Amino acid sequence: MHKQSAILAELFLSMMKVGLFTFGGGYAMISVITDTCVEKKRWLSQDEMMNLTVVAESTPGPIAINCATFVGYKMAGMMGAVLATLGLILPSFTILFFISLYLDQFLEIPLIAAACRGIRIGAGLLILDAGMTMLRKIKGKRQPCLIAGGAFVLMLAGNLLGMRISSIVLMLAAGAVSLALYAARYAAGRKGGAGN
Amino acid sequence: MIYAELFAGFLKVGFFSFGGAYSAIPLIRDVVLSYGWLTDEALGTMIAISESTPGPIMVNLATYVGSSQAGLVGAALATLAVVLPSFFVILLAMNLLGSLIRYRGVQAVLQGIKPCMIGIILATGVYMTLRSCLTLSQTNAVDFRALLITALLLTGSCIYRRIRKKKLSPISLIVVSALLGMLFA
Repeated sequence: MHKQSAILAELFLSMMKVGLFTFGGGYAMISVITDTCVEKKRWLSQDEMMNLTVVAESTPGPIAINCATFVGYKMAGMMGAVLATLGLILPSFTILFFISLYLDQFLEIPLIAAACRGIRIGAGLLILDAGMTMLRKIKGKRQPCLIAGGAFVLMLAGNLLGMRISSIVLMLAAGAVSLALYAARYAAGRKGGAGN
Repeated sequence: MIYAELFAGFLKVGFFSFGGAYSAIPLIRDVVLSYGWLTDEALGTMIAISESTPGPIMVNLATYVGSSQAGLVGAALATLAVVLPSFFVILLAMNLLGSLIRYRGVQAVLQGIKPCMIGIILATGVYMTLRSCLTLSQTNAVDFRALLITALLLTGSCIYRRIRKKKLSPISLIVVSALLGMLFA
């Protein structure tokens, strides 16, 4: 029993450290989680971590949360999963809560308002850069490029014309189209096979 | 009922954001604009702040939006909602459905969703940049200061990448853009 509470406390504290000291979210966090869980604490093997990253990328939600939840669950069951996840989000939650209390007063200072105008441009460019990096992964593959291009045109046109296209609906449609194409190829493949 | 709306809105975000923080930004924008919680400008500022504070960007944004709309309880509900889907899905995926990801059909669906996400992210980035350079809502006038800042940021980060052989970190980019904003105020 004593050992159990020790591991729970350790999970909570190490995830809190990850949450407090990683900037930039997502992939930046993965490397720190790997360092903590694989190298230092030896909670996961390198293989397990690889598997976890792949599954985390294909499942929804913040990747860091996926990792923390799984590590906690593996080490100490449901309680471990809850505490590891809580530990990871607690620093963000506290910091952003306090920022939200004072942001409006802050923005009334002219110099800060000017800084925020600059920051908004930077934020747009960062999103663009993240998109370009992802685009490089599907470069040269016809179907993914067509889907990405179609989604880009639809979304941008919608935004510029002031129509709101739901990105969720768009994603579900893309998933359905891709599944249909796969089914069609599969059926064609079988037919061709039967013909021989 | 703002609490229920916050919870439902961010549950949707948590459930549909495949592949990390940047895929969540268009979704959050969708939800936040459709409920009228923040303006596009306020959201842009918040995205930058979420990038510059530690922790998952999605959690940062959820906490801020929740708190700005409904105080501490709102912040807690929005954060819980954005985390809940990943919490349960990863447990399911790693335990029961470990092989599900390997099914061809599931793969085919994911292969449609992921590139679509990339297109959506790019469109959001382009739109946000355009929006700050052209004051779209008013007279379609070009904001030359913003255009200049954009150009400086782009060339600056390209030069940095050439010389240092690595990308400028998001935080440094945001700090530089804040300084440029003050300089050209």
